Amino acid sequence: MSLQMISVILGSLTIASALMVILSKHPIRSVIYLVITFFFISAMYILMNAQFLAIVNMIVYAGAIMVLFLFVLMLLNLNKEMEPETTRMSLFSAIIAGGTLFLVMITALRDTFQYGKGYSAVKVPEAGLVENLGNLLFSKYLVPFEISSILFIAAMVGAVLLAKREKQVID
Amino acid sequence: MEQLNNIGASLDFYIFVSIALFSIGAIGVLTRKNMIVLLMCIELMLNAVNLLLVTFSTFFGNGEAQIFVFFIIVVAAAEATIGLSILIMAYRNSKSIDIEMFNKLNG
Repeated sequence: MSLQMISVILGSLTIASALMVILSKHPIRSVIYLVITFFFISAMYILMNAQFLAIVNMIVYAGAIMVLFLFVLMLLNLNKEMEPETTRMSLFSAIIAGGTLFLVMITALRDTFQYGKGYSAVKVPEAGLVENLGNLLFSKYLVPFEISSILFIAAMVGAVLLAKREKQVID
Repeated sequence: MEQLNNIGASLDFYIFVSIALFSIGAIGVLTRKNMIVLLMCIELMLNAVNLLLVTFSTFFGNGEAQIFVFFIIVVAAAEATIGLSILIMAYRNSKSIDIEMFNKLNG
């Protein structure tokens, strides 16, 4: 089994599980399929030798964010009849809009597809390793890295403030 | 070592996968009315962009795009936290997770 085969299988599995995210009726199934999609994307990162991002993707996305989603879903305790219905008209128009977006982007990148055939090897295989990314992150991108901590504090304070608000009825 | 340097599929395949993921996310945002599924579709679109950035970063041998992916993950985590807390607040007030509920804001 060649690497080509493995990546094609991984790509089709990724697209299939992403489709299941939007097709499944129950939100908890959607979360599970999204976690599976993130794991497939991490596997693609490993295939492209971006090891640091593969691990970060697995820990932060599949670990932290998805657990947050699951936690909120279980906290809300939704049942079957609370699932909002989508009308046929909106489904139809959304599929047309999304399909057109897909076609337009594929057509715009057609030249890239022609010239991209030759690019099938990594030029600098250590570009995605921890050593290289750490050197970049703590020298050139140090200021954005520090500012992102301020963003996290703001998000944390905002989340606590929003979720602890006393009851006030909108109507 | 020759095997390690080989990336598997060619550039166009990864571009195809990431465009497909982005379109699926967009269709999900347009069709679903459930707020939680909507947020999950936004995460899916963010991941499609990440995949494209990592693909070009590896194909051109430049690590800087992966730093951008790192920052995108940071912003996505903050966004998911704020979005979910707004959702909890909206659910407490109206006992519904339908996105149409926000029509009452008259924006």
